[in-house]
Amino acid sequence: MAAELNIYTTREPGLIQPLLDAFTTSSGIKVNTVFLKDGLAERVASEGESSPADVLMTVDVGNLADLADKGLTQPVESDALKAAVPENLRDPANNWFALSMRARVLYAAKDLDLASFNYEDLADPKWKGKVCIRSGQHPYNTALFADYIAHHGAEAAETWLAGVKENLARKAGGGDRDVAKDILGGICDIGIANSYYVGLMRSGKGGEEQVAWGNTIKVILPTFEDGGTQVNISGAAVAKHAPNKDEAVKLLEYLVSDEAQKLYAEANYEYPIKAGAAIDPIIASFGGLKVDPVRLTEIVKLRKQASELAEKVGFDN
Amino acid sequence: MLKAVRRRSGRVWLLASVLIAAPVATPVLALLWQALQGSNGLWPHLLAYVLPQAFLQTGMLLVGVGVLVTLLGTSTAWLVTAYDFPGRRLLEWALLLPLAMPTYIIAYAYLDLLHPIGWVQGAIRAALGYASPRDFRLPEIRSMAGCIVLLSFVLYPYVYLTTRAMFFTQAANLVEVSRTLGTGRGRVFWRVALPLARPAIAVGVSLALMEALNDIGASEFLGVKTLTVSVYTTWVTRSDLPGAAQIAVAMLLLVVALVTIERWARRRQRYWSSAQRARSFTPHRLGSVSGLAAFALGLIPVLIGFIAPASYLAVEAWKRFRFAGLSPRLLSETFNTVTLSAMATLAILLFGLVIAYAARSLPGRLTAALQRISTVGYAMPGTVLAIGILVPVAALDRMIDQTALAWLGMPTGLLLIGSGAALGYAYVTRFLAISVGSVEAGFSRIPRSFDHAARSLGQNVTGTFRHIHLPLSKPSLVAAGLLVFVDCMKELPATLLLRPLNFETLATHLYGEAARGTYEEASIAALAIVLVGTLPVIVLARIGRWKS
Repeated sequence: MAAELNIYTTREPGLIQPLLDAFTTSSGIKVNTVFLKDGLAERVASEGESSPADVLMTVDVGNLADLADKGLTQPVESDALKAAVPENLRDPANNWFALSMRARVLYAAKDLDLASFNYEDLADPKWKGKVCIRSGQHPYNTALFADYIAHHGAEAAETWLAGVKENLARKAGGGDRDVAKDILGGICDIGIANSYYVGLMRSGKGGEEQVAWGNTIKVILPTFEDGGTQVNISGAAVAKHAPNKDEAVKLLEYLVSDEAQKLYAEANYEYPIKAGAAIDPIIASFGGLKVDPVRLTEIVKLRKQASELAEKVGFDN
Repeated sequence: MLKAVRRRSGRVWLLASVLIAAPVATPVLALLWQALQGSNGLWPHLLAYVLPQAFLQTGMLLVGVGVLVTLLGTSTAWLVTAYDFPGRRLLEWALLLPLAMPTYIIAYAYLDLLHPIGWVQGAIRAALGYASPRDFRLPEIRSMAGCIVLLSFVLYPYVYLTTRAMFFTQAANLVEVSRTLGTGRGRVFWRVALPLARPAIAVGVSLALMEALNDIGASEFLGVKTLTVSVYTTWVTRSDLPGAAQIAVAMLLLVVALVTIERWARRRQRYWSSAQRARSFTPHRLGSVSGLAAFALGLIPVLIGFIAPASYLAVEAWKRFRFAGLSPRLLSETFNTVTLSAMATLAILLFGLVIAYAARSLPGRLTAALQRISTVGYAMPGTVLAIGILVPVAALDRMIDQTALAWLGMPTGLLLIGSGAALGYAYVTRFLAISVGSVEAGFSRIPRSFDHAARSLGQNVTGTFRHIHLPLSKPSLVAAGLLVFVDCMKELPATLLLRPLNFETLATHLYGEAARGTYEEASIAALAIVLVGTLPVIVLARIGRWKS
């Protein structure tokens, strides 16, 4: 029987399938997947020692850390993983590893005279009625808000969030790509969204009209006044009761190999986590990425507080 | 001896309904258990900042949808029952079509259609001579009003369906009598037909409201923060399942209270139909101009709730098809969706029959309670119910696996989740209420005297069922089956959480793409859901006609 491997993932199937196919081709290991949006941890925990899950893969560092906190993962000692994944992008106890990275960037109307931007500026009254963003409860935004708390403290974060809320052009909601569409539609001038959507749009992979959406905006890599650009990761861990642990580690090691990191950049327009790996030209055109120095583990800890602050200021109301 | 046989036959039905109701109640108990796990001081924050807003938004949504579906459902039902005009036959079934449109799909479709850069607003701007969307645009659809309107236009068929049946079977004689006594046409509607249809309207509206309460895709997308969205946020962004379970249980209490009030309010109303076949209505024939107007008026809900979004999907799917071809996965996904839904529907119908019949033939507190229990799953937010199902199913799976390992030296793996049986269980828990309700309504048209006659002629409980109730309730069974089938096909949260490895349905495929904002890639899957859902709706409409 050929070797097999089971993945439980919150990563959208369309995004990882090319990578998994490449892995199967190179290793001969068959990969079975189930895409679970929410409740990944609950499912693995409920299945307990009978769970067939080998690899747990998520799109947000918070979910990844949650899995480790709930004791659903096991540490992996692998020199290849340690060498490829920078220290601040993996669990200190080796329970999880980042595989790719994306930045929370600024989309701006092209005719706007704007060269640089700080996240702090989002609350500047001069943007009143001009900002678009998705729900304040979405993990992408809670991570950003948590990063803000790490830089300026909870009190300042609350004031800032209330200011951003004041500046919203429409209700916080929808998806990241709607920010680009809404700028094109004249609803707003600026907005915060993930970097890779621009690659998807401008490359034309989603159809011709999206090229227009992608080209109607310019992308600025914002930074914190005393830091860098906020990034989040997609990452993976080996499940505690993984029946195919060896194959699971092989997959993780494959995903941080030069070949896979290149695929990540080409297929998903994400930033590779491996130093020196190539970045897609569309993404590279945004300029050099200066990653914010706050550790991901710190952000994970502040996430709940960030979510509560967003509720307190009525961010989504 | 004969008496003993009869009693035993009654007991079998009771036992069977206990065996069905117990597993259906289990997920709710699992949630209660979760809710008791403590929630890290969550409530003060929730009470201060989340729940007031969530209650207000949920209340507004329910009132708005309730009013609008009642208006749309009853007026269209009356239009096609009381009047005759060219195109009436077409309208009769076309008005059901929005049933096939899941709320999350209609939200995606209209967001795109009505976006400032979409063709609707583009055409309006061109007509009015505006160059840029910055100069002119329509009101934002991402709002409470937008959400109410969109949900109502796909949920009104629940009211239309129940009310029209009532107009047909109950109102005909009385309306004719009132007409001969000189009551005007408008007054007949207000004074006779509408009061008579009240229970039917109540049933339809409560189904529509449950769907609205459970909706998460559309509300979330349109920026409406309902209780369901709050439960979801608490669970997902806070990783606080006990907290989420607590809100869910509070919500469930609210729903139970509403249902109880509704039942209490019409406790004195009883509706019997006479044993003879109800006389069918003779509709009033309209002139050509007013006939055309009637047709146009009746077409509006179909246009908004089905034709426009479905055409949009068709265009998008065609574009996608030309751009990327047809995914081979689509075929297996359609197959999975249809097989799973069909098997679940059969089980749900069977169980619904058992529960409703036990309640009819052995009236009492126990059977009434079992009947209530069987409807609990429908009242829970789907995302939370899915967790309530996961916990006991996985526990059972582990037990089987470990036992097999200990006794036979061979692990079985996850039998229930791995085989998809867990999904079937989830669908039964979720949709049993629809089948029990419809079958009960079907039974209520069979006069009690038939039961008594059959029993006095020596039939036992089971025999009475086989010879009287089953044949007479066939139409309502088929109708229930089709409603349940369409609902199973659209189901998302439980399917997403409980399906086996490498198993996709049309809904999970669509969700996977929508989750990363690339829903045009899923337009073909979305269209497939709508098309597969349309077929049963058409069959349903034919049955309605045959019944009338």
